[in-house]
Amino acid sequence: MTSAPRTLSRRAFAGIAAKGAAAAALLPTLSLGAGQALAADATIKVGILHSLSGTMAISETTLKDVMLMLIEQQNAKGGLLGKKLEAVVVDPASNWPLFAEKAKDLLEAQKVAAVFGCWTSVSRKSVLPVFEQDDGILFYPVQYEGEESSRNVFYTGAAPNQQAVPAVDYLMNEEGVERWVLAGTDYVYPRTTNKILEAYLKLKGVGADDIMINYTPFGQSDWQTIVSEIKKFGSAGKKTAVVSTINGDANVPFYKELANQGVKATDIPVVAFSVGEEELAGLDTKPLVGHLAAWNYFMSVDTPENAAFIKAWHKFIKNDKRVTNDPMEAHYIGFNMWVKAVEKAGTIDHDAVIDAMIGVSVPNLTGGYATMMPNHHITKPVLIGEIQGNGQINTVWETPGLVVGDEWSDYLEGSKDLIADWRKPMNCGNFNVKSGKCGGV
Amino acid sequence: MLRILLLAFLLCFGLSAETRADGFDDGLHLLGGKFDDVERGVVILAGSGDQRAGAVLAALQDNRLMVVAGDPPSFFIRQADDSLLDAATLQPAGDAAAGAKAVRVNNRIRRAAEAALGTLNLSSPNAAIRRQAADAVFKARDGEALPALEAALAKERDPDVKAVMETARAAIFLANGQGDEAQRLQAVETIGRRGDPDALAMLRNLANDTSASIREAAAASVSSIEMRQSMLARVQDAIYGISLGSVLLLAAIGLAITFGVMGVINMAHGEMVMLGAYTTYVVQTLFVTYLPDAANWSLIAAVPAAFVVGGLAGVILERTVIRFLYGRPLETLLATFGISLILQQAVRSIFGPTNREVTSPSWMSGSFDILDGLTLTSGRLVIIIFCLAVFLGLLAFIRYSRFGLEMRAVTQNRRMAASMGIRTGLVDALTFGLGSGIAGIAGVALSQIDNVSPNLGQGYIIDSFLVVVFGGVGNLWGTLTGAMAIGIANKLLEPFTGAVLGKIILLVLVILFIQKRPRGLFALKGRAIEA
Repeated sequence: MTSAPRTLSRRAFAGIAAKGAAAAALLPTLSLGAGQALAADATIKVGILHSLSGTMAISETTLKDVMLMLIEQQNAKGGLLGKKLEAVVVDPASNWPLFAEKAKDLLEAQKVAAVFGCWTSVSRKSVLPVFEQDDGILFYPVQYEGEESSRNVFYTGAAPNQQAVPAVDYLMNEEGVERWVLAGTDYVYPRTTNKILEAYLKLKGVGADDIMINYTPFGQSDWQTIVSEIKKFGSAGKKTAVVSTINGDANVPFYKELANQGVKATDIPVVAFSVGEEELAGLDTKPLVGHLAAWNYFMSVDTPENAAFIKAWHKFIKNDKRVTNDPMEAHYIGFNMWVKAVEKAGTIDHDAVIDAMIGVSVPNLTGGYATMMPNHHITKPVLIGEIQGNGQINTVWETPGLVVGDEWSDYLEGSKDLIADWRKPMNCGNFNVKSGKCGGV
Repeated sequence: MLRILLLAFLLCFGLSAETRADGFDDGLHLLGGKFDDVERGVVILAGSGDQRAGAVLAALQDNRLMVVAGDPPSFFIRQADDSLLDAATLQPAGDAAAGAKAVRVNNRIRRAAEAALGTLNLSSPNAAIRRQAADAVFKARDGEALPALEAALAKERDPDVKAVMETARAAIFLANGQGDEAQRLQAVETIGRRGDPDALAMLRNLANDTSASIREAAAASVSSIEMRQSMLARVQDAIYGISLGSVLLLAAIGLAITFGVMGVINMAHGEMVMLGAYTTYVVQTLFVTYLPDAANWSLIAAVPAAFVVGGLAGVILERTVIRFLYGRPLETLLATFGISLILQQAVRSIFGPTNREVTSPSWMSGSFDILDGLTLTSGRLVIIIFCLAVFLGLLAFIRYSRFGLEMRAVTQNRRMAASMGIRTGLVDALTFGLGSGIAGIAGVALSQIDNVSPNLGQGYIIDSFLVVVFGGVGNLWGTLTGAMAIGIANKLLEPFTGAVLGKIILLVLVILFIQKRPRGLFALKGRAIEA
């Protein structure tokens, strides 16, 4: 009895759905007129490869929205090469192998002109072979550990020398820090960054027993022991600071524990590389005032470009409480660079655009210019900011000029002799200046 | 020549007169400049001896000092009610304050302001402020504060404040090499009595002191403090372990009912916890909107609300899905896993993917001294107490209430219970609801120490199963012991192995233990287990 109507309704539904799909398929052809049979050619497709579900959704959904906004703005300006841009959004669901599958789908089935996406280094490493095989273009907007340069990837986030190293310099020179805690989540970005920082600190004459390295699992929520260890480490009579590569979410309980155990920024400042306005939005920041963050952009930066960007963002997302952050600026820069390179090349052909990208220069949101360098990294200012009681970060120091992203760290054995240069005739991502050969060794 | 001398004299005189009369204004105006200027301004203000300096420095430290650019710039102090006072006159500011921006400060300036305020407030009529000031002077160890400190010490009547001031004076002696040898020896002893990490840091710095007797006294003091600290550290680890164990217990206790008593492998258990945490968020938002005065207590109201939400979700889940799958553990596992994904995505669609902020009420912030140098944060302490209350409450409920009796009857012998007139279907639904409701309550507590995000539950589901299986299925006391054992073992391992390796070692140990005793610590005996 009960199963009959169910089947019926399912069938009825399928029928409606099929009709709907047919109508939807007909619509574009109708609206464009009979002459244009190939509707797809009228638009340029832009792939957006950010997780909309799973653990990384918290960070990546915002980047998807900012890309939709940028594409909408570009279309309002008349599109690109006389065509409208069309966003193709896929959801790799914070699942690293799925990133590669979705990338393949975007490049081979959808034939997108460029892809903007990925957050974690492991997702980037997962899609890298796909982009190299299909000769696609990926814009990667997040600060990362370096030690990579691919012809098919444009790194618009910070390399370690554009974030970690200047932050350590700041603490050393301005706060007089002599003792260092390097605390991070246990995965590739913190481990590589800490390796670089450790080498850098030792080069600066910091002794091995003045460096404490600590790793915690993803999503760590019990920080009691670690914070009390930091307190103990900080009581050796030398000014101590914490350099934190703790990943997104786990920061909230970490800072809560710091505040509750009474570790103040004036005693032991914490400088974080993964804490931005978005992470602070889930937190009462009053006890955190004075802790530091190192980025290339803060929402509080007072420039007309930034004010316009924030205004457009609030209008687009229909919520004027939403914050902006550094990876959003990286997408803003990357997208504008790509538009400029396509206009320069006059085509969306991947090879032509990749060649046209180098040397493209667009305004950033902090009042300067970002230029794409031959190693596929960009120039950025480095800002050190202090967390404020209202969840914003105010700049307290910035590099006097722009810093060029250095993909192969100068402080690591095995990578200090490498350079990347994707211009002809070198055309190599890991050229060894000592042996004069491409290929790392 | 004479003219030059005269000019120089005039300049000097003029300048010094100006500094005396306008030290306050000079210092104040510097606050509008770059960080270096602001720091100089703080020092000048502190030395001006002006009544207004204290208010300005306090405002600067709390980011309440506002500036309107100009030559000279004008300054305003933002009050608690957001009204502005003119910093120079301390009168309400009129339209002059239009467009005022907060003066930017950094850690260096905050430290300077704290030290300056310390010196200024040493003569405050309020004992609590004097004590705070003495603490600030202790931290800053600024030799310039010594005269003010000596003056304050001579006047001080309150023995507590006097002791803090003496420690501060000792710190200044030791840090700046002031005072004669006898005074410094005395200082080493005073600081040694403090016995905390700050004292340790200061005494260690005396290792290269010129006087041998001071070096020896400091070394002796350091080793005695170190011994005490390392002993305390183990106690501290154990306390942290109890705290972690209570969090595990809270997360697992609901599962001890649904899985332990009913035998349902409920992979959506973590999501019930998550629903509880989101309920806390909603209740808090409602309080802030409608009852802002009572917002500090919204957490209390969230407890029954989270129980109802979690319980209802559990009853619906049991009635619509799980009851069709009794006796088929594999299907139950898959179905509830699917439901957990649906619930996560539903919450993500309703509340958005970003974390929600649940603020800690004032009575759960800060820390609490158990012993000298042994602290537990208030939030953790509340959770330990709350967890024990929930545990004992549940135990009493199952033992003494009619529903508890029916529940035990149904789980022990379903058929006989049914023939005695117990509606076993209803009891199943309510038992599952009880377990889920308690998971919801756990969510209230977890919202205080973890992120309120759609993924909140995932982080606890494995640990919860671990605790229940390790403690012995079907035994609440086993769950308690299991949670505490795992928590304490974890925290004792962590300092030696690090958090990552510690967790792995613990998992391996539990697996080995379960190999040896498949029914956990407290295995149920008798016929009930065979059914």
